[in-house]
Amino acid sequence: MHQLYTAVFEPGFFGSAQVHTAVAIGGLVAIVSAVTGVFTVMRGQSFGGHALGDVSAAGGAGALLIGLSPVAGFVGLGIVGAGVMDMIGVRRLRGRDLATGIVLGTAIGLSALFLHFTTTTSATTGAIQQVLFGSIFVTTSGTLLAVAILGAVALASIAAVCRPLLLSTVSPEIAAARGVPVRRIGLLYMLALAVSVGLSSLAIGAILSTALLIGPAAAALRLTTRVARALIVACVLGVLAVGLGVLLAYDSYYWGSSHLGLPVSFFVVAIVFATYLASGLPAAWAGARRRQLRAGPSAGRDKIAGQAPHEPSAAA
Amino acid sequence: MRDQNQAAAVLGVEGVSVALSGRQILDDVSFTVGPGEFTGLIGPNGAGKTTLLRVILGLQRAARGTVTVQGQPGSRRSAVGYVPQKVLLDPDMPIRARDLVALGADGTRYGIRLPSRQRAQAVREMLHAVDAERFADARVGYLSGGEQQRVLIAQALISRPRLLLLDEPLANLDLRSGQEIIGLLARLAREQQIAVLLSAHELNPLLPVMDRVVYLAAGRAASGPTGEVITSEVLSRLYGYHIEVLHAAGRILVVAGDAADEAAAPALPAGTG
Repeated sequence: MHQLYTAVFEPGFFGSAQVHTAVAIGGLVAIVSAVTGVFTVMRGQSFGGHALGDVSAAGGAGALLIGLSPVAGFVGLGIVGAGVMDMIGVRRLRGRDLATGIVLGTAIGLSALFLHFTTTTSATTGAIQQVLFGSIFVTTSGTLLAVAILGAVALASIAAVCRPLLLSTVSPEIAAARGVPVRRIGLLYMLALAVSVGLSSLAIGAILSTALLIGPAAAALRLTTRVARALIVACVLGVLAVGLGVLLAYDSYYWGSSHLGLPVSFFVVAIVFATYLASGLPAAWAGARRRQLRAGPSAGRDKIAGQAPHEPSAAA
Repeated sequence: MRDQNQAAAVLGVEGVSVALSGRQILDDVSFTVGPGEFTGLIGPNGAGKTTLLRVILGLQRAARGTVTVQGQPGSRRSAVGYVPQKVLLDPDMPIRARDLVALGADGTRYGIRLPSRQRAQAVREMLHAVDAERFADARVGYLSGGEQQRVLIAQALISRPRLLLLDEPLANLDLRSGQEIIGLLARLAREQQIAVLLSAHELNPLLPVMDRVVYLAAGRAASGPTGEVITSEVLSRLYGYHIEVLHAAGRILVVAGDAADEAAAPALPAGTG
C-alpha cells in the first residue's frame, strides 16, 4: 500500500512549496479558463481565444525583455489585443475571422523579435521556455496574488453579464431588439477572455493555453444539457487536468535516471485531450444503441441524432 | 374600420423612409395594426420587409417618418416581441427549449440568475400555450424547424408583449409545419389579443387567418383588407408595371400582366401558391 502511494506521489510532493504554488495557480487558471471557455466555445470564438494566447506571449516576451512583471506583460498586451480585434472586425463574422488572423500574425512576429533580443542580449535561454511553456513551477507568491485578483475580476465580469451574454450568443438580433447592448457585452467578454488567456499563458504557456481554454469547456458541453452544469463540469475537468498534470510532472523527475522531468504543460494538454475524446463516448454509445433499436421492429420518432434542424423548404 | 381609430392602434407606422448606402429601401411607408389583428407583411425578396421590421424594433433609424407603439413614439421594447428570421441554434449549445424561453423572460437582466418558482411557472405556461411541452427538455439545436419556431414564439411572448413581429417564420418550414405555426399564431392573436405582424413572400398560406395585409414592393407599401389591396390596380401602381391578380381555387395568383413586361418583371410573390 505504502509502495503504491509513493509510486503515485513521489517523495516530497505534498511538502514542496513549489508544488503548493503550482497547484494553487494552476487551479485558479483552470477555473477561469473553464468558465470563459464555455462561452468561447458556444460563441465559436476558439480561434480568437488562441490568437489572444499569441498576443499574451508577445506581451510576456516583451515584459521579460524590459524587466517588467510577467503578469503585466501577458495580461496587459492581451487586453490591448482584444481591443484591437474588436475594433477591426466587429461587423461581420468574416471580419472577425480576418481581424483575428491579422492580430495573431502580428503577435507571433513581435514574440519572435522580443525573444530574439532577450536571448541574444541577456543569454537567458529560459525565456523561450517560459513564454511558450509557462512557468507554473517558478512563480512567486506575489504572482499568485495577482493571478487570483485578475482571475476574480474576469469571473465577476462574466457573472455580471452572463444572461445578456448568453442571449446575444443565441441570437444577437433578439438580444438587440430587447435592448441588450450586444456590442459592449461582446467587448466585455473579449476583455475577460484576454485576462483569462493571459493568466493561463503565464501558467502553462502561450501555445498551450488554448487547450485549457477550449478542452474542458468542449468536453463539458458534450456531457451536459445546461449552461450552468457545463460551467461546473468544465471547472472540475480543468482543475483535475491541472492537478494531475502537476503531479505527473513532479513524478516525471524520478522517472528514468536522467532526472530532467517533463513539462507540466505537456501533461495538462495530454489529459485535456484524453478527456475530450472520452466525453464523446456517452453520445457514441447512445447512438449505437439507437441504431440497434432501429434495426428492430419500430423506427420510432427519433430525429435527435444530430440531424440538421432545417428541413428543405417545400413552400414554393 | 379598426384602423380609423388611430389612438387604439398597437402599432402606427407613418411615412417611414429608409435609405441604406444610397439605395432607397423604404419610401413613405404608412400603416397601422390594431389590437389582436393578424397582419401579413407580404412582398418579394429585397422589398424591404426585414428593414421595416428593424425600424419598428428601433434597430434601424428611419431617415423620415415615425413609429408609434401603443400610441407612444419610438419602439417600446417591453411591448414588442420579436422572432428574427435567422436564429442559428447550434446542436452543441447546451440550451433546452425551457432555457431559451426563460431567457426571453430575463435575458436582459444583469447578474447571476437565482432559482425562481414564479419564472419556472411562467415558462411552463408559455410552453403549454405554444404546445411545446413535449420537447421542453430537449436541446433546441436538435429540434425540427417547426418545433424551434414554437420555442422562439414562446420566448418572444413570455414578456407579455402587445405586438409580435415575425420575420419570415415560414421560410424554412415544410408546408404542414408552416400551417401549424400560422394556426398557432392566429389562435394566440385571438385569445390573448396580441397583434401579429408576420413577414412572408408567400401570400396564400396566410389567407385564412389574415385580417389585413401590408404589401411591400420596390420599397413602397399598400395596406388594408386583403380584398382591397391584392388587386390588379393597387399592385400595378406599387410595382410600377402592369400586374394581373387571378383568383383560382380559393387562391390568389399575382402575375406580371403584359407579355412585354414579363421579361423584365422580377419573380413575383404569391404567384405560385
